[in-house]
Amino acid sequence: MPKVTIDGQTIDVPAGTTILQAARMIGGDIVPPAMCYYSKLKTSGGYCRTCIVQVSQGSTADPRPMPKPVASCRTNVMDGMVVKNITSPEVLEARAGVVEFLLLNHPLDCPICDQAGECHLQDLGYEHGKADTRYEFERRTFEKIDIGNYIQLHMTRCILCYRCVKVADQLTDGRVHGVINRGEVSEISTYIQNAIDNDLSGNMIDVCPVGALTDKTFRFKNRVWFTKPADANCTCTKCTGKVRLWFKGDEILRVTARKDEYGEVVDWICNECRFKKRKLSDWVIEGPAKVNRHSVISQNHYESLRAIQFDTRLQTAVLNGHKSKLGEGPLNPNNL
Amino acid sequence: MERLTNRSKIVVNKQMTLAEKMYLPAIANGMVITLKHLFKKPATISYPEEKRYIAPVYRGQHVLKRDEAGAERCTACGLCAVSCPAEAITMTAAERRKGDEKLYREEKYAAVYEINMLRCIFCGLCEEACPKEAIFLTDRIVDVSGNREDMIYGKDKLTEPMAADKRIDVSVRQTQEVLDFKQNKAFGHNRTHLDLAKYIQQKNHH
Repeated sequence: MPKVTIDGQTIDVPAGTTILQAARMIGGDIVPPAMCYYSKLKTSGGYCRTCIVQVSQGSTADPRPMPKPVASCRTNVMDGMVVKNITSPEVLEARAGVVEFLLLNHPLDCPICDQAGECHLQDLGYEHGKADTRYEFERRTFEKIDIGNYIQLHMTRCILCYRCVKVADQLTDGRVHGVINRGEVSEISTYIQNAIDNDLSGNMIDVCPVGALTDKTFRFKNRVWFTKPADANCTCTKCTGKVRLWFKGDEILRVTARKDEYGEVVDWICNECRFKKRKLSDWVIEGPAKVNRHSVISQNHYESLRAIQFDTRLQTAVLNGHKSKLGEGPLNPNNL
Repeated sequence: MERLTNRSKIVVNKQMTLAEKMYLPAIANGMVITLKHLFKKPATISYPEEKRYIAPVYRGQHVLKRDEAGAERCTACGLCAVSCPAEAITMTAAERRKGDEKLYREEKYAAVYEINMLRCIFCGLCEEACPKEAIFLTDRIVDVSGNREDMIYGKDKLTEPMAADKRIDVSVRQTQEVLDFKQNKAFGHNRTHLDLAKYIQQKNHH
């Protein structure tokens, strides 16, 4: 088993593991961000370069450092490899440069975009202090293409990560959309304006790291941070039926798949669950979804009173040596 | 019993004297005080004929600005509502229809925009959060009302009139320096220590 050290943390991983996967096995802050790589989609990754890391020692057999930062999603680990991610200022600077390049043609219309608040490009921009742009020229624009009743395509926001194309390739049979043209003018499009009406096509919305593919049924309905997410399930013949509902009051505004800590879909869901089941009676609600408390989505959401474990010694010290008169009942802070 | 402070007064039920029973000295005392006040400058003014001095930094009733062409700047992004500590702002967004380009600047606009003036604490965080320079607090005083419904201000009361001579001036507080300051991301809510260091470096350089 190759042994790899990432930012000073060593782990044994199976041969053939990439640096990004190894970092995710360690977890925490050292995991490089990824805009195009998606662990659930084969052959994804290698386009966006946000996951670049520095390899300061190639392997035990050949300890020379790699001459320039490498894409961690496409580089396999070698035994004795030493990788620097957040401990290397060069990597952080190079990544900030990559973010700026990704934002070159991005319209920065976050106040309008429905993805704002759960957008990976937005997070990435803020994390690297690149919320603004230095680009002064005309941004690329596209003719608007209607790709069906459920999915809204905003080509100007696209960063060409190819995730949606891979979803269509690997999840559905007979895909009707892909990337046409080349270079700067390449764009996501459907073949002769075909509507995408496959049963699993809605998953393209969830894999899109930016607001290029958004839910038409949720378009401009509400901002993400004013809705409350709850996990729910239903019996569905086409998918697992495990979804996340986004509530405003009692109304279900949006249904998405559940996402893990890296923003990746846990279970693919079908279009019927996503777009059609909007009644409360369609779902069995499991409970509120866990949202990172640093996320804007958890803004203004008050959770139930959390149990505070008081140190009994501290309690008596605060009460000048007296014992709490709250007794053993539910009022005692220790029993909350 | 031990007294806690020396300020406490001991109550005694002693009989009042005849003069005290007639209350005449007390009435005379009171009349003297009243007479004195007749010759003093009144503490109140007759608003609205007379108006008090308002500080240039006064924050009063909000305005939803239009751009030079008269289109509404607000795009219903919800940042004012999420930054509002009193949760006074609510809005509903809608998609701009074809032909409405002159009314609304962006693809999305606020179909409903309400501020509950009873909840508002006039802190100005909404204008600070606004990425479109759409909402500003002005030096206008919010009207009083006899019922709560009238205190929920909708777009009819908040949006500024389109006519050029009826535009609401916010330049007293929103000077060019303030607008430049807002544009500088080094001071914004999205500042990072790197930005700040860069800014300080630039400033020292100049």
